[in-house]
Amino acid sequence: MDLNAAEAKTLISVKNLSFSYGYAPVLVDVTFSIKSGDFLAIIGPNGSGKTTLLKIILGLLKPSQGEVEIMGKPAQEFEEWPKIGYVPQKATHIDPFFPVSVKEVVGMGLFSSQKISLPMKKKKQEEAVKKALSQVGLDSFENRRIGKLSGGQQQRVFIARAIVNQPRILFLDEPTTGVDAEIQERFYEMLDRLNKKEGITIALITHDIGIINKHVTKVACLNQKLVYHGTHEEFCRSEVFREMLTEGHHLVSHRH
Amino acid sequence: MESFFSYGFLQRALISGVFVALACAILGVFLILRRDAMFAHGLAHVTFAGVALGLFLKMMPLVVALVIAVIAALGILVLKRKAGLYGDTAIGIFSSVGMAAGILLASLAQSFNVDLFSFLFGEILAIKASEVLLSIGLVIIVLLIVILYYHQFLYLTFDSESAKASGIRVNRLDILLSILTAITVVLGMKIVGLLLVAALMVIPAATALQLSGSFKWALIISSLVAVISVVFGLFLAFYFDLPASATIVLLCFLFFGVFFAFEKVKKVS
Repeated sequence: MDLNAAEAKTLISVKNLSFSYGYAPVLVDVTFSIKSGDFLAIIGPNGSGKTTLLKIILGLLKPSQGEVEIMGKPAQEFEEWPKIGYVPQKATHIDPFFPVSVKEVVGMGLFSSQKISLPMKKKKQEEAVKKALSQVGLDSFENRRIGKLSGGQQQRVFIARAIVNQPRILFLDEPTTGVDAEIQERFYEMLDRLNKKEGITIALITHDIGIINKHVTKVACLNQKLVYHGTHEEFCRSEVFREMLTEGHHLVSHRH
Repeated sequence: MESFFSYGFLQRALISGVFVALACAILGVFLILRRDAMFAHGLAHVTFAGVALGLFLKMMPLVVALVIAVIAALGILVLKRKAGLYGDTAIGIFSSVGMAAGILLASLAQSFNVDLFSFLFGEILAIKASEVLLSIGLVIIVLLIVILYYHQFLYLTFDSESAKASGIRVNRLDILLSILTAITVVLGMKIVGLLLVAALMVIPAATALQLSGSFKWALIISSLVAVISVVFGLFLAFYFDLPASATIVLLCFLFFGVFFAFEKVKKVS
């Protein structure tokens, strides 16, 4: 076995994965893995299957073919979901009238693994919520109604919810959609901190190739098939990246 | 006041009314936020068939209605999931079929009479001791389940996809929440009647949503609105000889109107 591979444990392993809606193929024979400590960007044009891939990994969709292993176990048998954090794409479009406080949203993450929620460990739970909010820089926001926060702040609340169980890996689906550029940068710095200081592996879907240079360590480029998967340095030297730059970013363009 | 509380039928009405109002108010908040407010309305119509069937079979209509309402709640879920129908279409089908079956059965049983009308318009002042016990027992079970699954219900109501991704068994809890709603609709029917039970679930919750900063407060305010409306509604109905069900529902609406105006004025100023 390769030395590097032995050091970094494989958290997610996707093998020969295919998925189609009816006859329309969305993913074709995708194989790749996410290792402990990675900061992975999954890029590709709209309709390239990025979100579908993520939903299959999270067990929200069943693949047509192939398999997913999570921390060494087949996804169907995996039960330790608190070890996986997920920030969905639509998190920025929540119902602003939903009466729920920041504290309650973050608290939701704590109870997913329990069959019933007994109010016994209340103090511990409150501490976990406080810690998660502090990790995303929202210390004094716990009693605010979520609908009254800005898009960027809401996004950080959803990250707090996703990390409240201290997960091994955090998935984010286009986390900066609708967040302005200046706040985006601070947002990525926060993810950097979570990745390097807290040791949380991060995998995010993004349209923004600008962040690849600065923050991520690995890149997976998807267009139904896996076009590229490797370190970010190699990616910047790769044919795919050159093509993306010379052909007007067609791989990462928005289709309107 | 002394005379108000000294009547046995009023005591029974008050006790069962308060318990059932609590269940209606709390499940109502979940229903509205799940965009399922019409679910209660549809189930109430199906309950009509249950009541008519009970009268036809000469069995306790409340118990037969409970069974029918739970079956209908599950049926609506199945139609939504398997037939790919929108929620309101599935509810529309069940509610009209329920009404049709109810009319047919009532006609066959030749029971278009006081019995049936009391179910349509509520008969809280005529509630029997056995029904009070059944109501209280069921409300306690409903509330206990909501307390035990509180966070999971909140999570799946707020963001069902993330809830599923975090390992919550969303489908099972959907079924559980639907069954609890069906039970509550049937119990609410005893208080305000089939035609108004949806109001008792929807209006207090809608009132609470206007001014709550947290989910916990939404549940508390919704409960207070429903309970106060039931208590004062009974009081007014008794002293002014008004129909209790309509008085209770209009009181709920009065709360809604006052809070709505209050919020608007607050925003403007």
